Amino acid sequence: MANSYNMKQFIAFIKKEFHHIFRDTRTLFILLGMPIMEIIIFGFALTNEVKNSKIAILDNSRDAATASLIAEIGSSRYFNIEKDIYSYNDIESSFREGKIKLAVVFPQHFGEDLRHFNKAQVQLVADASDPNVANTLTNYASAIIVDYQKRITQDHQLPYTINTEMRMLYNPQLKGAYNFVPGVMAMVLMLVCTLMTAITVVREKEMGTMEVMLVSPVKPLRIIIAKAVPYLLLSIVNIASILLLSVFVLDVPINGSLLLLSFESVLFTLTCLAFGLLISASTDSQQTAMFISLTGMFLPTIMLSGFMFPIENMPLLLQIISNIVPAKWYYLIVKDVMIKGVGFESVWQETLVLAGMMLLLLMLALKKFKIRLA
Amino acid sequence: MNNDKVITADQLTKRFGDFTAVDAISFDVHKGEIFGFLGANGAGKTTAMRMLSGLSLPTSGKATVAGFDVYRQNEKIKQNIGYMSQKFSLYEDLTVKENIRFYAGIYGKSDKFIKEKTVFILKHLHLESETNKLVRSLPLGWKQKLAFSVAIFHEPQIVFLDEPTGGVDPVTRREFWNMIYEAAESGITVFVTTHYMDEAEYCSRISIMVDGRIDALDTPQQLKKTFNAASMDEVFLKLARKATRGE
Repeated sequence: MANSYNMKQFIAFIKKEFHHIFRDTRTLFILLGMPIMEIIIFGFALTNEVKNSKIAILDNSRDAATASLIAEIGSSRYFNIEKDIYSYNDIESSFREGKIKLAVVFPQHFGEDLRHFNKAQVQLVADASDPNVANTLTNYASAIIVDYQKRITQDHQLPYTINTEMRMLYNPQLKGAYNFVPGVMAMVLMLVCTLMTAITVVREKEMGTMEVMLVSPVKPLRIIIAKAVPYLLLSIVNIASILLLSVFVLDVPINGSLLLLSFESVLFTLTCLAFGLLISASTDSQQTAMFISLTGMFLPTIMLSGFMFPIENMPLLLQIISNIVPAKWYYLIVKDVMIKGVGFESVWQETLVLAGMMLLLLMLALKKFKIRLA
Repeated sequence: MNNDKVITADQLTKRFGDFTAVDAISFDVHKGEIFGFLGANGAGKTTAMRMLSGLSLPTSGKATVAGFDVYRQNEKIKQNIGYMSQKFSLYEDLTVKENIRFYAGIYGKSDKFIKEKTVFILKHLHLESETNKLVRSLPLGWKQKLAFSVAIFHEPQIVFLDEPTGGVDPVTRREFWNMIYEAAESGITVFVTTHYMDEAEYCSRISIMVDGRIDALDTPQQLKKTFNAASMDEVFLKLARKATRGE
């Protein structure tokens, strides 16, 4: 008897939450469309790979060697030769016009030096106002030059050479997608769960309906769970759409167990939900809730999860702080499971950390959620 | 009949730090009464109501609601009361029917009960054609009347109304009070706070709070006699002038 009463109450609640969500079509559209948009934006527009950079060539030598080297640089997909220039002064002015990112300078007698002294020089001048791009471009250009050098020295072996052979494990083509798909998953789940749950509970406080609920026989725990269930379901839809897009559109494989990946995602979702509930229990206005969710969860997720910026390069203090960001652990897990294809035995520590955070946040949220308003 | 006390308060007190919001108030409310709780803003009437409806724990004193103790039998009290706050308490983005079903569902009423009573209420409020409209689209007066119907949908022993007619036009207020009378006639005890003095005249008995204490408690007729006043307005002003507490 008591059970059917509780069940009825719970179902009435969940129904109501779904009414809220489905009636607000604009928000629903954003919630379901956002992961798709992000995957597409990150997949096709925002990429760290540098392609078709405009460069200038200053060839003071004009011989067969420079001609073939220039042809090789020009035909690479990284570079477009924007123009030929004829003096050092032009290099500076071309950079200033913002037309080129890199200048390749061949000194006089390049071909002759190469043939007679087995030694020649090329100068690479890069626009380092964006240091990452400058670095990448000079690396690409050096690689092409080294390649060329290897080919012409093939016939007469140098006495001592060390050939480095590189293998890029797990992501042989160095695709950005392998990195951002786990990151986008963390971001989307965070946004849907933390922000939306925080807002939906606080909205009831603002409207005064929470008071009516607290006067009613509903148990606070049940209010909280009923609030979280619809967003958990929405998140599962989002996880599925992100994974489908990454497998079928971006060719990012799921190397590990799909079951494990789903389990970890649900665990992370629950952590985010718990955090959202904690925020909503601690604030009374939607603005504050939104502000806390964005600064307290969304920014750290982007900055400190290792998704945008490598944690290894951060100052020690930030490295330590990054440990309390749940997204960092989830990001590690997803990369391990999805890309490296490892099993639970390799990610149990991260999982434990995440589970611990979830329980702690949930307990704090329940404690804070006041049964009585005063 | 009048000995049937549904609310008793004895030296009920609420302090927030140094501030005593409600200062040792004592009163009884009988079954079927419309008990008016009057006072200027900040006099402590909302705090008193919150203690009785289980939203706030008293600092000291005793109180029972529907025969249950406010300290220990909170859950029992919740089953037996309805509540309507000064903030509008329906969901604007839900339809009339969805709102009714949700609140009825909270109290675990049977589907049959909910269905029959929903039809009855909608007919009574002349809202049949608005059943599937969003509450947002209704005029404020209708919303208030609907909110009251929802608050007593589960047929509680007592309903607490916290300034239920704020911002409503005089005609709708009159209609709203007719609904309160109907509820009282059906045996529901009504505990209502207000600061409209004309509404005070409609109550069976009135208590007037000043600075956290009950300064007067009687029927409207008796109060006017005691204070030698022509209207409740005058009674109130005579009492409220003594107040030292501002907003």
